Amino acid sequence: MNVGVLYSRIRRDEKLLLRELRDRGHDVTKVDVRKECFGVHGPPAALEDVDILVDRCLATSRSRYVTRFVEAYDVPVVNEPETAAVCADKAHNSLALAEAGIPTPATEVAFTKESAMESIEGFGYPCVLKPVVGSWGRLMAKIDSRSAAEAILEHKETLGHYEHKVFYIQEFVEKPGRDIRVVATDGEPVAAMARSSEHWLTNAAQGAETEELEVTPAMAELVERASEAVGGGLLGIDLMEVGGADSREYTVHEVNHTVEFKALDEVTDADVPGAVVDWLEARAGVEVTA
Amino acid sequence: MTECTECGGDVDLHDDVEVGEIVDCATCGAELEVVGDDPVELDTAPELEEDWGE
Repeated sequence: MNVGVLYSRIRRDEKLLLRELRDRGHDVTKVDVRKECFGVHGPPAALEDVDILVDRCLATSRSRYVTRFVEAYDVPVVNEPETAAVCADKAHNSLALAEAGIPTPATEVAFTKESAMESIEGFGYPCVLKPVVGSWGRLMAKIDSRSAAEAILEHKETLGHYEHKVFYIQEFVEKPGRDIRVVATDGEPVAAMARSSEHWLTNAAQGAETEELEVTPAMAELVERASEAVGGGLLGIDLMEVGGADSREYTVHEVNHTVEFKALDEVTDADVPGAVVDWLEARAGVEVTA
Repeated sequence: MTECTECGGDVDLHDDVEVGEIVDCATCGAELEVVGDDPVELDTAPELEEDWGE
């Protein structure tokens, strides 16, 4: 099959994916979305021969638009635009999880400094303020006091982009120094890792230590439900343990739709790119013959 | 071996270099984007933007 890869930067994740696809004899069409124009009446020539597209856009805005255009061209794409739209925005993400009855941290959105302050005071200290769009732990604030809250809200209000005036406020979850990333294909876990740090942020991109973690039945059930809640696909589901590392109780704080898997691939015995391509082949088979 | 577009130093590249990949210049530390692979061409990599991530 001919697999199109939508990208603007080839990370190690994409290299792993490209190598696996080529090793299996698939044709690969790399589509640098920065160089294409997407018309409402038809696709750019670069998409003509692809059987399925994999969205690996680094920029969330591009991911959201391009997947929507591609869907209009009737080219199968993973992940689907509906999934991208939900996962790209933390407020939509939290709403989807809450609506599905999945345990997720208490969260509020406010649109002014005053109402945000009210929300923060309601949560008490510490609590967390996050940008609605963003990744790798950037611009996340753990708020320890009213004076810190006042300063952070003022800074956010002057940052310029309207998204910074959408104040996403969340309870601070006491986690046991780590959180959990599960990579899953349509709700089926491929592998999981714990990301540990002495810092409250435990993103791999922030330098957290990573180690493989067994997927418990409770985790697997939440992963399946979280995947379904956002529309399925190749996803990174992030969980925190509540009540300690041995509690086996979890809250799902986020689902990522252009999931990076290089860190997981390094620590697990599972063949992550292999599993991703297995899933893509199955998905393309269904889409192409449909 | 290819020349860094920032400092002119030599940049050592792997055989499996991909267009779109980012490499670091060992001399000046600049992030460089591979914009061509036959022959290999480098350009200064774009700056990090707020919506980048996963």
